[in-house]
Amino acid sequence: MNSKSNLVERLRGHFQEGGVVYTESLGEVTMVLPRQQLATVAPVLRDSLRFDVLVDLCGVDYSAYRGGGWDKGRFAVVYHLLSVARNERLRLKVYLEEDSPVIDSVVAVWASASWYERETFDMFGIIFDGHPDLRRILTDYGFIGHPFRKDFPLMGHVEMRYDPQQGRVIYEPVTVEPRELVPRVIREDHRYEDLKRDR
Amino acid sequence: MAEIRNYTLNFGPQHPAAHGVLRLVLELDGEVVQRADPHIGLLHRGTEKLAESKPFNQSVGYMDRLDYMSMMCNEHAYVMAIERLLGIQVPLRAQYIRVMFDEITRILNHLLWLGTHGLDVGAMTMFLYTFREREDLLDCYEAVSGARMHAAYYRPGGVYRDLPDSMAKYQPSKWHSKKEVDELNNQRDGSLLDFIWSFTERFPGCIDDYETLLTDNRIWKQRTVGIAVVPVERALQLGFSGPMLRGSGVAWDLRKKRPYSVYDQMDFDIPVGVTGDSYDRYLVRVEELRQSNRIIRQCVQWLKDNPGPVIVDNYKVAPPPRMEMKRDMEALIHHFKLFSEGYCVPEGEVYSAVEHPKGEFGVYLVSDGANKPYRLHFRAAGFAHLSAMNEVATGHMLADVVAIIGSMDIVFGEVDR
Repeated sequence: MNSKSNLVERLRGHFQEGGVVYTESLGEVTMVLPRQQLATVAPVLRDSLRFDVLVDLCGVDYSAYRGGGWDKGRFAVVYHLLSVARNERLRLKVYLEEDSPVIDSVVAVWASASWYERETFDMFGIIFDGHPDLRRILTDYGFIGHPFRKDFPLMGHVEMRYDPQQGRVIYEPVTVEPRELVPRVIREDHRYEDLKRDR
Repeated sequence: MAEIRNYTLNFGPQHPAAHGVLRLVLELDGEVVQRADPHIGLLHRGTEKLAESKPFNQSVGYMDRLDYMSMMCNEHAYVMAIERLLGIQVPLRAQYIRVMFDEITRILNHLLWLGTHGLDVGAMTMFLYTFREREDLLDCYEAVSGARMHAAYYRPGGVYRDLPDSMAKYQPSKWHSKKEVDELNNQRDGSLLDFIWSFTERFPGCIDDYETLLTDNRIWKQRTVGIAVVPVERALQLGFSGPMLRGSGVAWDLRKKRPYSVYDQMDFDIPVGVTGDSYDRYLVRVEELRQSNRIIRQCVQWLKDNPGPVIVDNYKVAPPPRMEMKRDMEALIHHFKLFSEGYCVPEGEVYSAVEHPKGEFGVYLVSDGANKPYRLHFRAAGFAHLSAMNEVATGHMLADVVAIIGSMDIVFGEVDR
C-alpha cells in the first residue's frame, strides 16, 4: 500500500501540469490525463518512471453508464502499464468527446500499442493520430460500424448466407429479434457502502 | 535479364500449421520472408460484448472458450476480478484447488503446445506421447466438473464443488478386454487426489522421455536454435509475457512477482532462457512442466490434510447447497434470484491478471453497479505475441514461419476473442 502512494507522489513530481487526476482503488493507481498531454507524458512514463511494457490498451464507451448521464466525455481510452524493473502497475485513462474521438498514437513509445490501437479503432471508432497502419483488425473485411459502441445492437445489423442463385455469399438485414433475457438492474446495496467510500 | 519480383503468398486460414484460423499474407523474396501481415478475427465472437449482456455469473462459461487450451486459467482471472470488486475472501481450500488446477491446466497447455510444435517441424511422435498424458489430466477435469475441456469449475467465491472421492473407471467393451481395462483402471481405485498424486509420480519420467526425443535431437535443434531471436528490450517493447519473455531472459512471473491465490505458499522456480530463440522458449516451457508438477504435489498434500468449505458461505454470491434449498424458503429464494437476476457488483474498475500458460492474461472489468459488467476487456497474451509476427518472421525462411507460430504458442480463441 505504501509503495503505491509513493508511486502517486512520484507521478505528481513529474507531471505538474493541471488537469491530471490521480485515484487509487483496490490497490490500483489510475491517472486520468487530458488528451493533449498524452504525447508528452507517455515517453516520460516509459523513460523516467520505467513503465517499459504497455500491457493492455482498450476503449470504453460510457454513454450508457448507470443508464446515461455520464459527464466526462463519451469514450475513454485505457492504458495498462507495467514496470518490470520496479514491479509496479499504472492505469492511464484519457476521456474523449463524442464529436472528435481522436487521440495521439503511442506506437512510437510502446511498439505493442500497434495492434491494440487497431482493435480500439475497429471496435469503437476512436482514431489514433500517427498510427502507421490504422486498419480494422477483428471484424470482417468491409464491415460497417463499430460493434463495441453501446448503440450498436448485440445482434448486429447484417447477417450473411450463401445464395445459390447468385453463387456467392450475400449480406442481408438481420432477421433475429433482439431479446434480453435478464434485464439490467442497479440495486443500491447497503453492504457495499464501505467499499464505495474507498473509491 | 529476367525481371525479379517479390512473391505474395497467402498462408491459411485453413492450414494445419496455422494453429487455428490465422491468415498470413507473406511477401517473399525467393524463400525469405520480407513482410508478414497476419489477418486475424476469423474466430471473433464478441465475447466482451456478449458478457456485457449477461449477469456476471453467467459468463464463466465463455472464459473457457477464450483460450480453449487453458480453460481454468481464464476462469481464474475472471472470477478474481469479480471477487476483488465484491471484496470477498475465497476459502483457503478453494484457493489450493484453484492453484492445483491452474497448474494442471498449465501442463495441459504445454503438452498440447509441445505436441503440435513437434508436429509442425516434423516430430510426429511427440504428439502421440503428449496426448497420452493429456488424457489423464482431462480425466481430472471431467472428475471435478463433468466436462473434459470447458469446465466452468471456478465460480465467483470459490469453486463449484469439492474434489470427488472416486474416479470414473473404464468398462470392458468389445474393444477393450477385461484385462486391458484392469490395467487402465490401475490408478483409479482411490480418490481424485490419489489419481493426481500417482500422475505426478510418473510424469517427471514422461518429461524425460520427451526430452530424449527432442532436446538433443539434431533436426529439432536445426529448426529451433537461432530462429525468431527476440532480445530483451524488444520483448518488453512488444509486450511479451510468460514463456516468451522468460525465454529472452527476464525472470518475470506473476506467480512470483504478484502472487495471487496461494502461490506465495508454493515452492517453485522460474526458468529463464539466455538467447531468446525458439529453442530457449522450448527449454523454458519444458522446465515449467517440471515446476508445475512440483506445485501440484504440494497442493495435493495440503488438500489431503485440510478439508473445509470450497465456496463462500454468502448466498448473495454463491448458491446455497441443494439440500438446504429443499427445506428452506430463504435458500430457495436466494437460489432463484442468483440464477435469474444475478447479483449487483459495486461500482468501480479492476484489472486482474494471472500467469496464464501463454503469458499474462488480464481481465479489465468496469462495473457501474449493475448485475451485468459494464465493460469487460481481456488482455490476451497471444494477441501481443502475434502482433510481433512481422518483426520476428522477417528475414526468416518460409518454412521457419511455421516453427515461429508454433513457438509463440498461439491459440485463436484468445487472440480473436
